[in-house]
Amino acid sequence: MGLGIRTQDLRKVYTSPPPAAAGAAAGFMFTAAKARGGRNSNKKKPEIVALDGVSLDVQPGQVFGLLGPNGAGKSTTVGVLTTRVRPTSGQAWIGNYDVWKDPVAVKRLIGVVQQRPNLDFALTAREILLFHGAYFGLPSRERTGRARELLEQFKLTDRADQMVRGFSGGMMQRLSIARAMMHDPQVLFLDEPSAGLDPQTKLLLWEIVRNYNRAGKTILLTTHNMEEADALCQRLAIIDHGHIIALGTPAELKASLPGGYLLRLRFSRTSPDLVGRLQALPGVREVKAVDGQAADLYADRGGSLVAEIVNTASAEGAELHDVHIAEPSLENLFLHHTGRSLRE
Amino acid sequence: MSWKTFSSMLARDAHVARRNFVPLLMQTLLQPLLFVFVFGKVMTASGFMPQAYKSLLLPGIMAISMVLAGIQAVAMPLIVEFQFSREIEDRLLAPIGIGWIEVEKVVAGMAQALVAGLVVIPASWLLLGQGVNLNFSRPLAFAAVALTVALFAASGGLTLGCSIGQTQVGLMFSLVLAPMIMFGCAYYPWSALKSFPILQKAVLVNPLVYACEGLRSTLVPQFPHLSTMIVLPVLLLIDAAVLAAGLSRFQRKALS
Repeated sequence: MGLGIRTQDLRKVYTSPPPAAAGAAAGFMFTAAKARGGRNSNKKKPEIVALDGVSLDVQPGQVFGLLGPNGAGKSTTVGVLTTRVRPTSGQAWIGNYDVWKDPVAVKRLIGVVQQRPNLDFALTAREILLFHGAYFGLPSRERTGRARELLEQFKLTDRADQMVRGFSGGMMQRLSIARAMMHDPQVLFLDEPSAGLDPQTKLLLWEIVRNYNRAGKTILLTTHNMEEADALCQRLAIIDHGHIIALGTPAELKASLPGGYLLRLRFSRTSPDLVGRLQALPGVREVKAVDGQAADLYADRGGSLVAEIVNTASAEGAELHDVHIAEPSLENLFLHHTGRSLRE
Repeated sequence: MSWKTFSSMLARDAHVARRNFVPLLMQTLLQPLLFVFVFGKVMTASGFMPQAYKSLLLPGIMAISMVLAGIQAVAMPLIVEFQFSREIEDRLLAPIGIGWIEVEKVVAGMAQALVAGLVVIPASWLLLGQGVNLNFSRPLAFAAVALTVALFAASGGLTLGCSIGQTQVGLMFSLVLAPMIMFGCAYYPWSALKSFPILQKAVLVNPLVYACEGLRSTLVPQFPHLSTMIVLPVLLLIDAAVLAAGLSRFQRKALS
């Protein structure tokens, strides 16, 4: 049976610039040595708050999604849970093991796919799987068989005995996922698994994730792709600036959105009166003015509102310049909570 | 600690080393052997150097080969593996304490340093022919010196590998390795520096001095050398210090 994942009040403040394990681009620099030197110690170190009190509870056997824009703290959360990023405070557990008290026991239970492929470039694809299996103590015959199956499943058989240096991004990503599944972990972490995959491979990946979950495994994936979160996750946390801003099933989250439809409107000008009158239109739940010319309108209906909006606007002496209607989606939810679009 | 994990990592390093055997050999042995040829063969045969220089030179070349091989064997892959691609991560995520991953790197580096050092002996015999007088009367002392030198090389590789980035590899050679080799008493015994008293004291900070002098005292005791009673404790101290520095740097790189 799968294991649960729990974190309590995780905080992570980076004081040195390259949080390489957290997925940020590491610079080519003398690591930390200079920054920690005596002369500079009076200067304030740059502090980046990546996580600011993240508490999660993922049930065993669940597919759980962490959804948020770049830099929201998704990879850092995964880093803390997978023994690579030491939290500044707070605790994390996989099953009953405290990640930072018993990291070796935790490593035995988890499989991790990083945002960037981190394959062992000195080896061939098959060797990567075989050695990975060996690190986890799989007997020789078992790892040979399992490597063959996974290579087949991820459509890498014809390149199995080539060095991975020459692989395309998508192939590397597939191999990373195969490697993470090699030792049949109870909990699988997928950090932006479909980034860089073509649509066909993405579907293959989703199928594999679903099958793996059907075998009772717990899966935590991060994504900034709403479609993916919607398609795969049984529960979701929306994370931004190191905070969880919403938590629930995709359906619950979407239902929590006022109205569900989002109309992004642009006028020649807006006024409080106009906003007030828009608010009063039937079916409109909430209107948020954005700078002097735009408004986000949450409503129960979409296109049928447009005519009324145009009339309301002209009655106020304003002209509707642009309208974009979005159907109920997690994207809208994110926008609602943060005022920003996921892709910004 | 899991032996299976540890030995699989050693097997992985051995596998990669085997795959790169020829370039690795060239990288660590070509330069020392060219030196053996020019100074040990050309210069002695033409009479600019006495025949005895062949035997004096050999332990120094061994020490250089070991130190270069050990440092490169550990540092170069680490520099690459800790770069942007974080290749090291499949081992950081293996079910074993991070301390053991470091130990594994050091053990693998020591093995390569020892091989590189021992290969020098037959290679020099082939190159130099007659006139190399090695004295194997103190095998245990020789083994002890060789092991401490190998440990120094591998720990030095760990420290360097975790301290510098890919762009600074050239600097590592010109700023660290070249002066270390030139002032390492590899091509001359330490006592030969007595006419440069300040330099003679200054080079004592160079670990390679003890490596060369130690190998000299256990292989060619007929030449002036520092006693193993001095060399071994000093080398052990250096090993401990460099290893400690390397271990903590690795930890810092591995976790953020």
